[in-house]
Amino acid sequence: MMQEGLDDGPDFLSEEDRGPRAVNVDLQTDATLQVDISDALSERDKVKFTVHTKSTLPNFKQNEFSVVRQHEEFIWLHDSFVENEEYAGFIIPPAPPRPDFDASREKLQKLGEGEGSMTKEEFTKMKQELEAEYLAIFKKTVAMHEVFLCRVAAHPVLRKDLNFHVFLEYNQDLSVRGKNKKEKLEDFFKNVVKSADGVIVSGVKDVDDFFEHEKTFLLEYHNRVKDASAKSDRMIRSHKSAADDINRIASTLYTLGTQDSTDVCKFFLKVSELFEKTRKIEARVAADEDLKLADLLKYYLRESQAAKDLLYRRGRALVDYENANKALDKARAKNKDVLQAETTQQVCCQKFEKISESAKQELIDFKTRRVAAFRKNLVELAELELKHAKGNLQLLQSCLAVLKGDT
Amino acid sequence: DQRIKKSCSDGMNAYMAYKVTTKTSLNLFNRNEFTVKRRFSDFLGLHSKLASKYLHIGYIVPPAPEKSIVGMTKVKVGKEDLSSAEFVEKRRSALERYLMRTVNHPALLKDPDVIQFLESTELPRAVSTQALSGAGILRMVNKAAEAVNKMTIKMNESDAWFEEKQQQFENLDVQLRKLHASVESLVCHRKELSVNTASFAKSAAMLGNSEDHTALSRALSQLAEVEEKIDQLHQEQAYADFYLFSELLGDYVRLITAGVFDHRMKTWSKWQDAQVMLQRKREAEAKLQYANKPDKLQQAKEEIKEWEAKVQQGERDFEQISKNIRREVGRFEKQRVKDFKVVIIKYLESLVHTQQQLIKYWEAFLPEAKAIA
Repeated sequence: MMQEGLDDGPDFLSEEDRGPRAVNVDLQTDATLQVDISDALSERDKVKFTVHTKSTLPNFKQNEFSVVRQHEEFIWLHDSFVENEEYAGFIIPPAPPRPDFDASREKLQKLGEGEGSMTKEEFTKMKQELEAEYLAIFKKTVAMHEVFLCRVAAHPVLRKDLNFHVFLEYNQDLSVRGKNKKEKLEDFFKNVVKSADGVIVSGVKDVDDFFEHEKTFLLEYHNRVKDASAKSDRMIRSHKSAADDINRIASTLYTLGTQDSTDVCKFFLKVSELFEKTRKIEARVAADEDLKLADLLKYYLRESQAAKDLLYRRGRALVDYENANKALDKARAKNKDVLQAETTQQVCCQKFEKISESAKQELIDFKTRRVAAFRKNLVELAELELKHAKGNLQLLQSCLAVLKGDT
Repeated sequence: DQRIKKSCSDGMNAYMAYKVTTKTSLNLFNRNEFTVKRRFSDFLGLHSKLASKYLHIGYIVPPAPEKSIVGMTKVKVGKEDLSSAEFVEKRRSALERYLMRTVNHPALLKDPDVIQFLESTELPRAVSTQALSGAGILRMVNKAAEAVNKMTIKMNESDAWFEEKQQQFENLDVQLRKLHASVESLVCHRKELSVNTASFAKSAAMLGNSEDHTALSRALSQLAEVEEKIDQLHQEQAYADFYLFSELLGDYVRLITAGVFDHRMKTWSKWQDAQVMLQRKREAEAKLQYANKPDKLQQAKEEIKEWEAKVQQGERDFEQISKNIRREVGRFEKQRVKDFKVVIIKYLESLVHTQQQLIKYWEAFLPEAKAIA
């Protein structure tokens, strides 16, 4: 279902994507709780997701139900996890990015304005392409919101979270307004403090080799994923531009073919037809690279950040623990407020150990998930590239055969 | 059978000299195989001579390659720059195509200037080549055409063939320019794609380095290698796009605008003017019949004879140029069909090669990706 004025364009994504969309995450489909986004509606400035739940858990009133949610409500849920001290030892599944149709919408508007200045064929062609682009962005945002929910549902502890259940079940608007300016500013400062803190905290050498290694690894990995993600985006954009050029070339060749009275008009028409087809394939290659490579990298950029956040929280807890130790020693030395210092120290110790224990498991799981996701996507990427190259090759060779036979 | 190849010698004395090698079995030449050195200005000089001899009688004289000053100065300074090496190759290829077109023209091949250009070791330096560049000629022709139009010639086109052909050429020009622009854009984007793919390859390699799962790390490095090879492929394809497709289109756009039809119009108008003049002279003579001025009358009769001759010449010139143009256009069409067919096939073959390579690379990568455990 799309905006008024747009038809449901041709199915632009590969067949693989029509199935369960959690492509970046290796998940067990657990009968006790299954969540998916069964439908989505794009309106003027928001997207409405239909969140569909199937569950045998006793917590829910029914076994199967649906609610409508918007992006802000997903963010609210994510933030509630982050702010929950109990979950400090988990990698919080990264929040889905905001649906961004601005660029696509702008293009469609420009097209509408320029309708008078182009031929009917050109207009229809461009409209179809832009609609396909819109559809692709739409499908992507649905997938990313779904992945978030699936990750939560798959996590042994988070799936039991009360806010999560409310999110899934409560069929009224959750009334979570987006953060206002003041709150956004506060967030900004919190992040600044956090990163300054992050420097201090990560400077503390860890006794535990595992975490020491993870720290170094994650810092470097995160930066490199960021770089790879940006570069893959640029590469894919160039690819799309080249495909667009081939489209224009095909149109002009067609015109030349119809105008020409000589032998070569057949050539022009045949090649025009060929280029129409190959450029569709080129566009698919770019789209598939976007899905399997760029999106994968983007997702792991966010996940590696979430993992870094976990390490930060553990580091913070370690610092608190060490400070509490120092305070206890001082108190014992002065023989003043010893009991209080002891309880504080015990609390800090427990907190630190709890986080460490779950963090270790979370980081191991993260690696397992990451490896599986990369494997799946790289294999699929290679298979799709091969499929498209072979398709292209066949088109080119059959066209060549016809043209050579003619001369 | 004639083949002309060219290779560059490095810039000596701050100019680039091109080696022109001719292999021929024709009797026109003294030897079967010979090489001479020519500068870019020599080519422009040859073109200007041919243009002045043949354009006005309706021959489609192949235009000389563009003089692009920016590129040339870079080379003169002697910078070993990728773009200057590219520029030199672009120019060499353009000069070669120019010569091939010229010698493929049966009349131009026999022209003594052409033979001298190909054969003689020393060539008198062409002067004032500034105005003689392709663009210069174009400007001259356009000015002439403008002048013709300004004379408000509504030529009585008795020949439907010419009207039709002119329209066809105009349409062809428009479409070829559009196509040329799109292909140039494609070349640009493919080059960009190549650069961005190389950049991504490096980034993927770095990512592979920091990945601590061994099998995944190896697969990522392999991915980086594949992408590096693909970037090379894109670069090569961009060159093919350019040299095969784009340059040919550019050549044809310039060929069409060589303006033979305008010269015919000029010839026609000259003939018409002569007729008008003749009419005036006859009227003047008729008047003089009744005045008593025998000298003036004699002069008038002589002028009438002069203008009758001019009218006859004008008519002959017009018929000749029309005949020439018909022949030239026929030849041009044949050549165009051949050229385009050959180039299109070559271009498609280059695309086939690219896809075959892509298949090879991804087929090699797939097992690596599957091996991630």
